[in-house]
Amino acid sequence: MILQKDHFSPRRRSLLAAGGLGLLVGCASTNNGVKDTPASSDAADIALLNRVSWGVDSATLREYSRQSRRDYLQAQLHPTTNAPLPAVVQAQIDALGLNRQAMPAWVDEMEQRRKAADAITVDEAKKAAQQAYQQDMTRLARDASVRSLLLALYSPNQLQEQLSWFWFNHFNVHQYKRDLRVMVGDYENMLRARSLGKFSDLLIASATHPAMIRYLDNDQNAAGRINENYAREVMELHSLGVDGGYTQKDVQELARVLTGLGTNFSDKTPKLKPAQEALYLRRGGTEFNPARHDMGEKLVLGEAVPAKGWDEIMAQLTRLARHPATARHISTKLAVYFVSDQPPPALIERMSRAYLASDGDIAVTLQAMFDAPEFMASLGHKFKDPTHYVVSAVRLAYDGKPILNAGPMLGWINRLGQGLYNHQTPDGYPMDQAAWASSGQLSTRFEIARTIGNGSAGLFKPDVPNAVDAPAFPQLSNALFYTQLSSTLGERTRTALAAASSATEWNVLLLSSPEFMYR
Amino acid sequence: MQRRQLLQGIAALPLAAGSVRLMAAAPGTPRVLLVFLRGAYDAASLLVPTSSSFYYEQRPNIAIAKPGSAADAALPLNADWGLHPALAESMLPLFQRQQLAFVPFAGTDDTSRSHFETQDSIELGQPLVGTRNYQSGFMNRLAQVLGARDAIAFTDQLPLTFRGASQVPNLSLNNLTKPSFDARQADLIAGMYTGSALDGQVREGFLVRDEAMRNIKGEGSPNSMAGEMIAASRNAITAKGFEGEARRIARLMRERYHLGFVDVGGWDTHVGQGAGQGYLAGRLGELGKGLAAYADEMGPAWNDSTVIVVSEFGRTFKENGNRGTDHGHGSVYWVLGGAVRGGQILGEQVSVDAAHLFQNRDYPVLNEYRAMLGGLFGRLYGLSSTQLGQVFAEAAPRDIGLA
Repeated sequence: MILQKDHFSPRRRSLLAAGGLGLLVGCASTNNGVKDTPASSDAADIALLNRVSWGVDSATLREYSRQSRRDYLQAQLHPTTNAPLPAVVQAQIDALGLNRQAMPAWVDEMEQRRKAADAITVDEAKKAAQQAYQQDMTRLARDASVRSLLLALYSPNQLQEQLSWFWFNHFNVHQYKRDLRVMVGDYENMLRARSLGKFSDLLIASATHPAMIRYLDNDQNAAGRINENYAREVMELHSLGVDGGYTQKDVQELARVLTGLGTNFSDKTPKLKPAQEALYLRRGGTEFNPARHDMGEKLVLGEAVPAKGWDEIMAQLTRLARHPATARHISTKLAVYFVSDQPPPALIERMSRAYLASDGDIAVTLQAMFDAPEFMASLGHKFKDPTHYVVSAVRLAYDGKPILNAGPMLGWINRLGQGLYNHQTPDGYPMDQAAWASSGQLSTRFEIARTIGNGSAGLFKPDVPNAVDAPAFPQLSNALFYTQLSSTLGERTRTALAAASSATEWNVLLLSSPEFMYR
Repeated sequence: MQRRQLLQGIAALPLAAGSVRLMAAAPGTPRVLLVFLRGAYDAASLLVPTSSSFYYEQRPNIAIAKPGSAADAALPLNADWGLHPALAESMLPLFQRQQLAFVPFAGTDDTSRSHFETQDSIELGQPLVGTRNYQSGFMNRLAQVLGARDAIAFTDQLPLTFRGASQVPNLSLNNLTKPSFDARQADLIAGMYTGSALDGQVREGFLVRDEAMRNIKGEGSPNSMAGEMIAASRNAITAKGFEGEARRIARLMRERYHLGFVDVGGWDTHVGQGAGQGYLAGRLGELGKGLAAYADEMGPAWNDSTVIVVSEFGRTFKENGNRGTDHGHGSVYWVLGGAVRGGQILGEQVSVDAAHLFQNRDYPVLNEYRAMLGGLFGRLYGLSSTQLGQVFAEAAPRDIGLA
């Protein structure tokens, strides 16, 4: 690595004496969040952790301090599958109704319920059944988003959790299309499991997941009745990029390749001619139906594609994943997310080379990014998108004390315009500062800082009937702050904090400060 | 009282150039609202080519019936064109009052047929050839040329078209809540940003939100935002679809701003779009109601108002296998306002038949948006060709008689 961890620097401690910072010491003593004080680290270490994780907290810093920087990054790039969560967090996840059965069973059950509700002839009863169906659909997507946020907050695999968000956004689907609310949780898990593996696996898994198939209408795409929606987006957004050198003709031809890839959650299989039976394929709710497939030869990106059914689709997706334009497009998107709005061309070049040399291995591509001087130079200068803002604020405010209800966080992220599974169009949310730092968005951020800072935001009121709220005051003025963070604040922020008239206001100001807007 | 203090507090701080907006729009000042229909609405269902047998051949399931042939048939506008029946009560009266014109075969020469690519390219309004500057949208450049200090986006995020050198605030009127901070707290927060890159936005955010709450004739009247807010629970303004939002936008445009932007989504009808009734009819109906409400709420200021409705591209002329339509090319733009020369179908046109389709599938673009909007802005604001060149570089403004 370029930078070495250095040792405790005395200037940090001197800041403790700065006017006003002692204001809240009395309040801090009421908390149970201050545990063993983290070892001191360099400001660059804190900045690195703010980038590699969803936002620094004491647990992340402790984990980091146990090993070398390289080992820490290696561990993040190659996470263990069953990293333990705090028991109270795991219990919340286990209790989610979504976990009752696997996705195909949910789809089947909810489809039966929808049909049953539609078949009711008494108006009032029908309306009630339809409403109950809608509520339960929404609850399933909400369960998935709660799990997602709890993992972002507390999983030791912080990099993987960021990538889970990143890949969902890259292969975006919208929960309110058709019955996708049943599917988004499974879709996200599928992406999480592959988030640091080969890009071709991600691309194929997304292409063949019922959520994507239904979202971009490929189940409507059949020989003679072409729907080119998915074919276009897979080239433009998921792989080659809009300037990737393909034409409208390529879109049409790839759409022909993709004919027959659809969904089937029923217990029936389509009637097929004997010659087609060998080509039929069914995996979970995903179906390849050769009767709907265009068995003519296609010409994609200048190459003749003989008709082979499913294998033909796999071959073309793999080809897209290995394309140099894809290497560049994926490297650029990763760098925009993890480095800067305008990543330096040299960095993209380096990442693209790593991508191509490793057959699209994301961990290898990210390693090249971490190793680059441009990455270290960029730390602290990337504007937080709304999800980063909200998650990092809660991580810091409660520093390891697990929240009991992620619902308020979902609301804040929605208000800031980046709701989970809620971007309608397949391009996903933008990732540059200009998209999130307008006057209206900043005002909303400050209001959310106020809600978090005053400690009665509902994060400790379990999402069950008759729950008792046990509000906990945010522990922002904690050991982590005094030993590590205070030294990273500018003069104006320290002046404002010193002028705070209450502990609440101090919290609000810290979470509203310009320093806290960047990672 | 608190609001006034907040304003004084903020105003007393050193402000970044161009970020103060305390002057109300003067009477007689043109007010322009750009409405972007994201997702590419099916223009051939809005402005129906009723004299084209080709249209009815190509759309056996989703065509809007010829005028008089069914209960939900197209409403005749002239010998060749009809209006979608969902707009009978909202837009047809405006057309008849000659305050609404349609421009068919409108759009961009961008042929990527990608929503995102084309939305971006239209919002930026730059020449298609050359490097794209994502920090320079055409509405922002228009604001610069006008020396306008009263432009605003009624969206949660600042749209690309308003990004640029002139700092433009944004405020969604879908869900507006009471200001959370008193003047001292606002000053403390703003103070942390002094001299930073976000300085202007932060100050402006406090100011605009305060103005929006305050902006009303007779604060507290039932029609005011404050009144509406008080009536609604939990401080959130009630929103009845686009109509409620459009009324609130109109109030702000009437009182405070004269260049605005709002977007409306949900138009990407690949599957089951319906015909005289159905999904698309519902969306068009809601949009029409909103635009009519906007005109109504403007009151006398409607005479100085122009609303331009655009979308990234049209859809395939032929219906697809799912009774929907796919990504196409030429669209139909709407221009409405008290001073618009409406009641007409304007711009260059061709007959709607197989021979005139673009790439054998879509409407052609005969009225390129940069030329057409340049011509319109030239008329509305009396801009010189140099000024228009700053808004739409390398475009030749074309006045097609909209104003």
